[in-house]
Amino acid sequence: MSKSERPSQLFRNLNAKVASIPMIFTALVIFVGGTLWTVLYSFTNSKLLPRLHFVGLDQYYRLWATPRWLISIENLLIYGVLSLVFSLVIGFLLAALLDQKIRFEDTFRTIFLYPFALSFIVTGLVWQWLLNPEFGVQGVVRSLGWTSFSFNPLYDSSIVIYGILIAALWQGTGLIMCLMLAGLRGIDEDIWKAARVDGIPTWKTYLFIIIPMMRPVFITTLVIVASNIVRVYDLVVAQTSGGPGIASEVPAKYVYDYMFFAQNLGQGFAASTMMLLSVIIVIVPWAYLEFGGKKRV
Amino acid sequence: MRYQLMTAALAATVALQFAGPAAATDLEVTHWWTSGGEAAAVAELAKAFDATGNHWVDGAIAGSGGTARPIMISRITGGDPMGATQFNHGRQAEELVQAGLMRDLTDLATKEKWTEIVQPKSLLDGCTLDGKIYCVPVNIHSWQWLWLSNAAFKKAGVPVPKNWNEYVAAAPALEKAGILPLAVGGQPWQASGAFDVLLAAVGGTDAFLKVYKDKDAEFAAGPEVAKVFKAADDARKMAKNTNVQDWNQATNLVITGKAGGQIMGDWAQGEFQVAGQVAGKDYTCLPGLGLNEMIATGGDAFYFPLLKDPEKSKAQEVLAHTLLDPKTQVAFNLKKGSLPVRGDVDLKAANDCMKKGLEILAKGNVMPWTDQLLSQDTQKQKEDLFSEFFAKQDMTVEDAQKRFATIVGSAD
Repeated sequence: MSKSERPSQLFRNLNAKVASIPMIFTALVIFVGGTLWTVLYSFTNSKLLPRLHFVGLDQYYRLWATPRWLISIENLLIYGVLSLVFSLVIGFLLAALLDQKIRFEDTFRTIFLYPFALSFIVTGLVWQWLLNPEFGVQGVVRSLGWTSFSFNPLYDSSIVIYGILIAALWQGTGLIMCLMLAGLRGIDEDIWKAARVDGIPTWKTYLFIIIPMMRPVFITTLVIVASNIVRVYDLVVAQTSGGPGIASEVPAKYVYDYMFFAQNLGQGFAASTMMLLSVIIVIVPWAYLEFGGKKRV
Repeated sequence: MRYQLMTAALAATVALQFAGPAAATDLEVTHWWTSGGEAAAVAELAKAFDATGNHWVDGAIAGSGGTARPIMISRITGGDPMGATQFNHGRQAEELVQAGLMRDLTDLATKEKWTEIVQPKSLLDGCTLDGKIYCVPVNIHSWQWLWLSNAAFKKAGVPVPKNWNEYVAAAPALEKAGILPLAVGGQPWQASGAFDVLLAAVGGTDAFLKVYKDKDAEFAAGPEVAKVFKAADDARKMAKNTNVQDWNQATNLVITGKAGGQIMGDWAQGEFQVAGQVAGKDYTCLPGLGLNEMIATGGDAFYFPLLKDPEKSKAQEVLAHTLLDPKTQVAFNLKKGSLPVRGDVDLKAANDCMKKGLEILAKGNVMPWTDQLLSQDTQKQKEDLFSEFFAKQDMTVEDAQKRFATIVGSAD
């Protein structure tokens, strides 16, 4: 290396490179290394302690034959699709309404964003009480005189996941609204003026001009919402602990329960590998379209 | 080795006689006894251990065994072992023992003749792996009890049932009186445990052992177990409107007469005691649901992780000795509502229900329980199945039995 006269490429911006070593190390060893380790051990019959005794795809066969896992996947799909759609739609609507140069905008913004300051555990407990049939919404409405009113999602297996969805939306929509609001504020006033001069109705301006211009904001939001969906765990634990029965189980909880309660690491690893795989299936085509396309242009 | 042990034992005796803070060794003990009666019982153990001149550092972990065990295990496997820790003896700590993380107590056990002291003998089997002893059992807890509220049956105008079948027959009368016939809390282990009790009571001891010990999947799918599922179906219909989660909340429904009864282990007795209720007068207990009077030799035990510090290792031996001491056994078990592990202690203060248990124990009507027979993995699958079965009224009995047989078939 010392023979070359020009300083080596390796040592350019040395400070910046040294500074990023911890993060590179973390990413490689902890994230990538941990992931590979987990995938490797998911092919073993590890119980309480990791053991390299390979059993092929046995853990995966068992996983996909387990009713609880199938219910978890179904719940995640329902919860995921609905929470994606609703948080984007509600978040954008709230932002668009706030953007009408209304009075007390700061106050409203604070109110809408406030739930985001609470953790999922607290959110879950709050909504557990709100949805409790005796003390919560149902009890209040009944005490107002409407005695046949029934709203009891947390104790009904078929709709319990919607009870969780309500809590998640209440907690998360404020943040989406703020992101959207920032996106809206980033749009040049002149665009609005030009659209008005051309006589385009407001709703059309939003739909065909503003939203396409906000694409980067939407992508950021999508990533944040999606990552929140896949890892949903604490909300369920606080609100229902997976009940009634196993009606509100989610994959992350399956992983935890089987790794630590059932002392079956192999099964937990297999489940977490499936979670990783599902994320990859969603992310890879999107990343390919997003980043792969640009190089060719 | 022998010499060292002798010295240790000598030191222990010395410490026993000259209790003082000078020779104090701190020993952290982790456990999940946090409810009122349980905490009082642990305090007895701590008092007895502190009297030996050592110091009991209490490491209570709230939230029942399911929450506590992962924490304990990760501390032991992560290289930060505590001085001693509670587990249910049986297979919960099996792999920790196999991995060589737990201390072999065989020498101490031989010296103090545990095999002669501990009654029934099967209790020590739960602590034994490959002929070596790894834990000290401290009490016997059995699951097979039915707790009935006398007030509830009086209100419904029916006599207090003497067995499960009479109880099922009395359910409509209870319902008519606005009383929940059976309380089963929402925690998964409660539904699963209730089924095991039904299996042992309705199916009988042999059926229980065939399913859980021999893991006979064909038998589990057969007509005898179908009877048990029929009983479980009755139970879930009776428990349909329970809207509590924790076991002690469910017990409280029975105490206040809002529910007719509960299938729960003898730890429920502590709750009745705290509420000032008298066995036989305010509540009735039926061991083995009144059908099959057997006591399961499940319970709690202390395991001792292998430690490097010789001082602490010595203290571990003192603690092991203290736990089996007759005085400690009586004081602890009276507060805990459980049965002592030695047959030679006097339990005059025991109440009616405990006496019933002691009698069954004296007759030798004991059987192993799921903690000893099944791995945690199988237990968890069972919990998943039965919590779903109890919560989902439209799940058919046949479907549940088929899934149960599959779990039994794949059990290890």
